[in-house]
This record gives sequence, C-alpha cells and structure tokens, in this order.
Amino acid sequence: MNIQQTHFELFGLPTTFDLDTKKLDQQYRLLQSEVHPDRFAASADSERRLSLQYATKANEAYQTLKNPLTRARYLLQLKGIDTQEESNTAMPVDFLLQLMEWREALEEAAETANADELEALKKKLREAAKTLQSTLASALDIDRDDAIATETVRKLRFIDKAQQEVDQALEILES
Amino acid sequence: MALLQISEPGMSTAPHQHRLAVGIDLGTTNSLVATVKSGMSVVLSDENGHDLLPSVVRYYADQAPQVGHAAGQTPHDAQNTIVSVKRFMGRGLQDIADAGYLPYRFVDAPGMVQIKTIAGVKSPVEVSAEILKSLKLRAENSLGGELAGAVITVPAYFDDAQRQATKDAAKLAGLNVLRLLNEPTAAAVAYGLDNAAEGMFAIYDLGGGTFDVSILHLTKGVFEVLSTNGDSALGGDDFDRRVFCWMLEQGKLPPLSPEDNSLLLTKAREAKEWLSEHAEARITCVTSSGDVIDIILTSARFKELTQPLVVKTLAPLKKALRDAKLTPDEIQGIVMVGGATRMPHIKQAVAEFFGRVPLTNFDPDKVVALGAAIQANVLAGNRSDNDLLLLDVVPLSLGLEMMGGLAEKIIPRNSTLPVARAQEFTTYKDGQTAMSIHVVQGERELVADCRSLARFELRGIPPMAAGAARIRVTFQVDADGLLSVSAREQTTGVEANIVVKPSYGLAEGQIADMLQAAFTYAADDKDLRVQLELEVEARQLIEAVNNALQQDGEMLLSEAERADIKNKIADLQSAMGDVGKLKVATAALNQATEEFATRRMDQSVQKALTGHNLSEIQI
Repeated sequence: MNIQQTHFELFGLPTTFDLDTKKLDQQYRLLQSEVHPDRFAASADSERRLSLQYATKANEAYQTLKNPLTRARYLLQLKGIDTQEESNTAMPVDFLLQLMEWREALEEAAETANADELEALKKKLREAAKTLQSTLASALDIDRDDAIATETVRKLRFIDKAQQEVDQALEILES
Repeated sequence: MALLQISEPGMSTAPHQHRLAVGIDLGTTNSLVATVKSGMSVVLSDENGHDLLPSVVRYYADQAPQVGHAAGQTPHDAQNTIVSVKRFMGRGLQDIADAGYLPYRFVDAPGMVQIKTIAGVKSPVEVSAEILKSLKLRAENSLGGELAGAVITVPAYFDDAQRQATKDAAKLAGLNVLRLLNEPTAAAVAYGLDNAAEGMFAIYDLGGGTFDVSILHLTKGVFEVLSTNGDSALGGDDFDRRVFCWMLEQGKLPPLSPEDNSLLLTKAREAKEWLSEHAEARITCVTSSGDVIDIILTSARFKELTQPLVVKTLAPLKKALRDAKLTPDEIQGIVMVGGATRMPHIKQAVAEFFGRVPLTNFDPDKVVALGAAIQANVLAGNRSDNDLLLLDVVPLSLGLEMMGGLAEKIIPRNSTLPVARAQEFTTYKDGQTAMSIHVVQGERELVADCRSLARFELRGIPPMAAGAARIRVTFQVDADGLLSVSAREQTTGVEANIVVKPSYGLAEGQIADMLQAAFTYAADDKDLRVQLELEVEARQLIEAVNNALQQDGEMLLSEAERADIKNKIADLQSAMGDVGKLKVATAALNQATEEFATRRMDQSVQKALTGHNLSEIQI
C-alpha cells in the first residue's frame, strides 16, 4: 500500500463505475483484518502509527467506492475533472422542474406531519437516483462521455441532498 | 473444488507467556471485570462471591474511601457516598438536569463538575478511578499477577469528553488501557462468538444511566457497526425517579433531607426490580422526620408512570435503522443488554417494534464485560488466529465553529473508525494573523446546541489579504474514538496541534497532579513508578520487535539492517534501571524499526489480497 495507489488499486479492483460491491466488501474486510489498529495493540509504536494510517486510508477508500455518488466523483477526479458541485448550478430545465416538485412535496409533507408521504417521496428519490446511476455507468464505462458524467454527478448530488432533507424531516416527526 | 490452505513456515509465532488481560464494564449502577480463562470468558467475583461491584464510592475524613458493597447499600452518609458517578463524567454542572434533587455538594469547576466530600473536592474521574482500582485489585488477586492491560467499555453514545474522562480514570487507576470499547459492540461480540451468528443485529442497551442502540453486520468474525444512536442521559435511574416522584405525591411529603431522598430512591429501585417478576410491590419506610410511607405500586401503574421513558427509547432506534438504511424486518436478531431491560414492558415494546422476540440468553448485566474480556484477550496478543475484527463508528458528528455561530461538520456521525478528514478554511479580515479554532461535537446546526470539545489558536499566519490564507484543519479519530486536531497554514507551514482534551477532559498536568496526590505518602514511589512503567513498555517493545524479526527478519531486512536493530535492542536492554537512558533507547529502537514496520505491513496487505484472489479463481 502506498500513498500514490488509487482506491481501486488498493482493493485490487478494476477502475470502473460498475463495481462488484460484494467483492469490494470482501477485499475491504480482508485488508482491515491485516492493518486494523486492533492487530497492533501490543506492537511497537512505529507499527501502531502505520496501522492507524493504513486503516484510515482503507476506510476512506471503502467509503468512497461504496457510495455511487462519491465513486463517480472520484473516477472523474482521477481523470483530472472537477465536478464543480458547489459553483456550477446550471441544470436542464426539466430536472429543475422535477426538483421543485419534490421540494414542494417535501415541505407540504413536513408541514402536515405526513410520515407516509415522506416515505413515498423517499422511494421516488431512490428510484430517480437509480436511473442516474445507470446513466453514470454508461457514460463512464462505455461512452467515455465525461460531460454527461459530470452533469449526472451534479444531479445525483441534488437528489442526495433531498434524501437527507427527507430523513431530517422524518427525524423531526419522530422526536 | 475448494483450494486447501497451507500456512507458511514461520507464521505461527513462538508460544509466549499468556498475558493477563481483562474487560471492565464501568457501569452507572454496577461494574464488573471479566477475563478469558482456558478459552472461556468468565466474570471474576470478589472474595464474597459477588460478581457485580456496585458503582458506589464512600469517602471518609480519616480513612481510605470504600467502594462497592463496603460503601453501604443504603447510604447513611449521602453527601459523601457517590452513586451513579458515570452520569457526571465529562459533564458540566449545567448538563446535570436533576442536580437539585441529588444529595451532593457540586462545585462548578471549569471543564468538569466536581463534588465536595469530607475527604476534599473530588472529580468524577477520581471517583471512577476508585471503582476501577477496586476491580483491578480483584482481578490481580484472582488471576495471581499484574495485569498487562484492560479494555474499558463506554456507552456507544458517549461523546469525546466522556470518553477522554473514562480513559483518564483508567490511567489514574494504574490500568494500561488497550482500548475503549463501545458497550453494545462488546455485547455483540459475546453473543456473536457464542452463537456463530451471521447477518444484521440490533443491540438495545438500557443501562442504569445511559441508553445505546447499535446496528451491526456480522460476518465470519467481522463485527461491523453500521450505525449507532442513543441518549447518554436516559437509563434505569430515570425509572426509579418516576417512582420516587410518585411516592412523594402519594405520601404528600414535605421537602426531604438528602438521606431521606436517597432512602426513597432506594425503595423506588427495589420496587421497580420486584415488579419485573411480580404483579405488585408494597413500599414501606419511615423518614427521619417521622413520616410513614406504606403504599402499593401495581405493575399496571408502574407501566403507566414509565411508559413515556420506554417510548423515548424508540426514537434513537428508528434513527439508527435509518442511518443503517434498514427496516425493522431486516434485523435477524435483537440483543437486550443492561439490567433495565429486565422490565417486561421494555421487552414487549422492543418485540412489537421489530416484530420478533428479543434474545435474552445472556445475563444482561454481564454480557458487556464478557465481550470486553474477549476483545482484551485478542488485543493483548493471546490469540493468534485472526478471526475477530471489530469495526466501530463515531457516534456523533465532529465539526468546527464557523462565522455566525454555525457548526460545520468535518466528520459525519457513523463514520467507521479510524477516520481522518481535512478541510480548508481562510481568513475573513485583511492582515489577520491568528485564527481561533473551536472544535464541537453534535448534530445540531448551531454551535450553541453542540458540545464544545476544545478551543485552540493557530498563530503566526503572515498578514495577507482576507481570503488569501489557506488553513487546512485535519481531524483524526483513532480506534478508541478519541479525536486529535491539527491546523496548518498551507503557504507558510505554520502549524498547531492538539489532542482534544481541555474543555471537558482533564489537562495532562491535572492527571499528573492527581497521580502525585495519590502517592503523597511516599514521594519516591512516583519516580519508581515512572521507571517501572518505562521498563514494562521497553520489555513489550523488545518482545514485539523480536517476534517481528523472527517472522520476517530474514526476508525483509538486509544483514546490516538486522544488525542495527539487534544493536538497538541490546542498548535498550542495558538501559533498564535508568529513566533517562530508557527514554532515549526506546525512542531509538522505535525509530530503527520504522522502515521494517512499513515493509511488514505492505507484505501482509499483499498476502491478504492476493491470497484471496487465488482462492477466487477456483472452479
């Protein structure tokens, strides 16, 4: 393991968006069972320090690859592309309209304390995310269309935020 | 066809001495110590056969404090008899909602609240250290030797200040802390290993003063915590207080003395425990003012009084499931932990929530200590088979205060440990040369609603235009769940580092003072102690390096490198007995083995991943 190694190389996986997540889980657990600080509780300081670094890197790599949004962002980053999620908010009109519709539904459900409506919205968002993920798979792995991939990452980011807001609304209802 | 596995020559390490290691459950109401004996995790009892040590410390003017049963079950000296001290760990006076009802003389010290006793002002850390010392002594008497190390359990929902306070208490008690382990994870280990369980599990842990829920994924000896939630100020004690308030109401009692308050609380607890097995409890007592109480509490009435508390535990359960992205029906097993889960209406509520009956085949008071002992045994190096791995998480998000009093999250809750994250910030005024960094923990947007963990300053930033400086702040949380923060100005390299402690934990100097106070009777003891500790550390280091040399020395090191390390080992061996030389030689050996450590680590990573790939190719 070295600092230059990519997250994919670290787990011995191909550099693709479409990922064998079972294999990722397996490789992650194998790696952690070698490098985790618990293995070095009785070791010399130098080994303990290294173990902390390696285990931290393994966790970061795993979290990045496990989540489709961060995986896509990371793949683009490896190609030197900044997804500009904070600065570039230009979006196709139909996506913006859809987003506004969801947002209104969220506000209404939150105001009327309608947990069922929130769950239904969550499901819709999950489906929308899935569609975007398959767009990402073809843009990144097959068509090599970085422009489409970048825009899709930005869209997925919006969906991700909306999902978090739905969860927060549900949390407020429960407390 | 499956490939057969053959271990490499030299992989099995030379049998070394079994190291004495224990797991300690430092509970709000009771504490326990357990160890692994001939492969079995067992609770160690005291000379009277008691497994549980009541977490009670009674201070005296002219004698050493007494702990546990000796401190008295029904305290007559309430102001000097500290119970449930865990609730005060890493907490300020304003955090203790019911301080007014408690018999103690609190001192609102900066950082952590303190308690005035007949033996002087005591910090919750010192009180907890007394409990730990008592358990350490019990273990050493029972096992017949000095302990190499201990795993201490903490509620999963404990924040950084509470964890740090616990670790400080263990240090003060003279324990070598191998790891702080979350209580629900410890329980999962005891359950999982016993039943070879696989799949998704929920741990519902209602202790005396804290409530935790953890969702874990168990597979082939890997215990992966997916999410955790809870309430570090909700527990069995709250059920007692509901009954206590009901008693005051029923008996139309005037304000009571601290002793009477304690008496009534004890009666309330007894009634609660009785009602787990019976339909009604008769509560009788006479207060010091002569008021007589003689009332019947039915289990139906008890359920009514405390149902809001039971409902209160369901919200964290839902949050934990949502964070794990799971629904109740995807959970294979629910493990009940903590004495409070003996209450039938709690078991019923949990069963209804999940649609299945919770597992109760372990004693809910002991399961945490039993799991901690298993982990301690592994960490001490007594088990060579690598079949247990715990992957735990950060319970509460960690962040920084931004302009306008908003909290910016750096490490989100439920991140797997160990974890590091960095973020860049900049100055907001022209010529700004210092930046104050305020580290907070919690989920709320406003800093005022989060827990303040530490404040420190990065000074010496050269004057630049607003927004030109680039300050990179790095958070690292280690396997104990403890945070360290460093800040660095990128263009100049000005640096500031801090291990989070000051706000609520104890400063390093304070611990040294306490240690010194503990040894005032023999000042020489302290120096000797330092020397002994260094020697123990040096011997452990030598053993670790020798093991590593034996395994990989031939393969990974040149002859010159090997000779250098062996020389450094010899230097360290000859430094025994001299504190100054010990420090220098230990550092030298550590440095000399750094490169060796890197090569070893890389080798084992390679072996793990490629070894696996081979068996994947099987037909």
